Amino acid sequence: MTTVTKAGGAPAPTGPGGFLSVRDLQVTFSTEDGPVRAVDGLSFDVDRGRTLGIVGESGSGKSVTNLTVLGLHDPLFTTIDGEIVLDGKELVTATEKELEQLRGNRVAMIFQDPLTALSPFYTIGRQIAEPYMKHTGASKKAAWERAVEMLGKVGIPNPAERARDYPHQFSGGMRQRAMIAMALVCDPDLLIADEPTTALDVTVQAQILDLLKDLQREFGTAIVFITHDLGVIADMADDIMVMYAGRAVERGTVDEVLRAPRHPYTWGLLNSMPRLDSDLATPLEPIPGTPPSLLTPPSGCRFHPRCAFRDRVGGDRCVTESPALAPGRSSACHLGAEQKRTIFAEEIRPRLG
Amino acid sequence: MKEDLVLPAAREAAADTPPEPLLEVSGLVKHFPVKGGFPIKRTVGAVQAVDGLDLTVHAGESFGLVGESGCGKSTTGRLITRLLEPTGGTITYRGRDISHATRKQLAPIRSEIQMIFQDPYSSLNPRQTVGKIISGPMEINGIDPEGGREKRVRELLEIVGLNPEHYNRFPHEFSGGQRQRIGVARALALEPKLIVADEPVSALDVSIQAQVVNLLQKVQKELGIAFLFIAHDLAVVRHFSQRVAVMYLGKIIEVGDRDSIYTRPRHPYTHALLSAVPEVTLTEGEAPRRERIRLAGDVPSPISPPSGCRFRTRCWKAQDRCATEEPPLVRLAGNRDGHLTACHFPEEPTTGARAEDIVLDPALTALEEEQGG
Repeated sequence: MTTVTKAGGAPAPTGPGGFLSVRDLQVTFSTEDGPVRAVDGLSFDVDRGRTLGIVGESGSGKSVTNLTVLGLHDPLFTTIDGEIVLDGKELVTATEKELEQLRGNRVAMIFQDPLTALSPFYTIGRQIAEPYMKHTGASKKAAWERAVEMLGKVGIPNPAERARDYPHQFSGGMRQRAMIAMALVCDPDLLIADEPTTALDVTVQAQILDLLKDLQREFGTAIVFITHDLGVIADMADDIMVMYAGRAVERGTVDEVLRAPRHPYTWGLLNSMPRLDSDLATPLEPIPGTPPSLLTPPSGCRFHPRCAFRDRVGGDRCVTESPALAPGRSSACHLGAEQKRTIFAEEIRPRLG
Repeated sequence: MKEDLVLPAAREAAADTPPEPLLEVSGLVKHFPVKGGFPIKRTVGAVQAVDGLDLTVHAGESFGLVGESGCGKSTTGRLITRLLEPTGGTITYRGRDISHATRKQLAPIRSEIQMIFQDPYSSLNPRQTVGKIISGPMEINGIDPEGGREKRVRELLEIVGLNPEHYNRFPHEFSGGQRQRIGVARALALEPKLIVADEPVSALDVSIQAQVVNLLQKVQKELGIAFLFIAHDLAVVRHFSQRVAVMYLGKIIEVGDRDSIYTRPRHPYTHALLSAVPEVTLTEGEAPRRERIRLAGDVPSPISPPSGCRFRTRCWKAQDRCATEEPPLVRLAGNRDGHLTACHFPEEPTTGARAEDIVLDPALTALEEEQGG
């Protein structure tokens, strides 16, 4: 049906030494309607002390990728191909027992909705102490003290008392702080944050984002930060990967991707997003159409049905040939490098005000 | 998408008449009782969701209402559409007091005030076709447009950018953005004068949000419908509204034209809110820095709000006076006409960076001091 040039392929995008390195990851769910390839040929690296921001719309595969890293998918209905290497250890083939050693210990996760991610039956303190006891073999008392210390660190007032509270006694922002405390209790090397502030109010979001940044500086944790909000990404990340329909379409540092984006989808996102400093005389320019169904993804470049610059490529390459995402700073688009630069400078940038 | 509008009963343009208050709300109060006790449940307190709110919406104007969750903005929307009965205060619609009007008295007004809801998945009946959903309001109000209801529904579908041939489809056959368009078409069916839009785009993806915002903007401008636009996203509200009110714990703490609120805010809470919005900076090199304000903790409970100024518990300028005396919503010296602020000790009217960041969160302060900056 299509000629697929493998996105990413074997070479490492940012050279060797990525603490987490994912190569050509493919995740397929079998559903009643047929197989759904939620992630298709994804490669990326995260280094210690750096934050990789993954941005994309719902259904772009950003969350699935990271559930797979932790082995949290349902093995009955999921097929995984490719490599996930964490500090030299292959995770795709790892046993459940080996993964258990990692989860909450070297790799931790912060979920979007802290109320569903915390157990309503146990006190906050106990839930934070438990992974610490399990992974470090600390005594119950030592683990409790550690939990109280962590709660204090993330800014819960009267941590010794509040540790005895249940999640429903905490407000939304405090629950998310408790989640962060739980994630960081074993001093993980990698923290995966999946839309950690989407459910929070904007003033609380600002507190939590700053807290994560400050904690990262202190612990040197690598962070994978998943969000749909470009503003949050700009604030948090060092590197950005833009995902669309299961594939990475653009990758680079924050400055590169946001100030000189090279993919029509990234242009579309910037054009359609209202900002506090945007010019009100220019209307927003939405991306036409809707994201595709992954049951029957479009052939060639998956963005081609919604792309306004398709005719500039010439021929039907966009429909037949899937563009490759080269290692390093790159965008998966058939437009020539010079073409992309001029289109952005002359047609996109002026609109952004 | 079809851009030109064909409405059979073209309304007289709102442009050539001076703006008159379409809706006036004064001293609006809504308390939800909190029950407790055994065996007989008694009212032990009240959630003071809206507590003394004044606002005016002019004909053809779009008025934005922003605030964090629990500040009472949605309750306000439901009170104005009279889906809720106010505890106190008055709602005047075109000179008529509708604050306690009965169903019967409200019937003729209902068609003029319509609502668009946040969640396009739960606000459409899954067992009705699109045609039925959109013509429903006409049926109830006994409106028979020229050429029949079906023709009118097809026109409406075209106005909101849907294919009129989808008349017989069910909501589940549409995507989220398309469903929200159906909701807009339903709201337009009765040619309303005021639409209350409660978070109409926050459930949608970024690329779809802009489509719906543009549609609402087109409807607002070309049909001259007044909007009460309720949202928590400050950038979306700025884009859509000519006047903006900021709510905190059931009260409006600052209101004014868009420019005043976004570039010359006076209330400390407005400053904090604006500084908390994460922004993409597109300019090369060093961008003009915005002020950094990080509040501590969350919004207090509306069951027992703080005395005096409600923001004082999280405010860096609070003094004794703030606890005892509630600041009135007034025009401060140097503010433009119509820019009202409820604060005893207002901030400077700028959003630029300060000499020193305001960080009230103890955890942040501790970590940042440790790291020397």
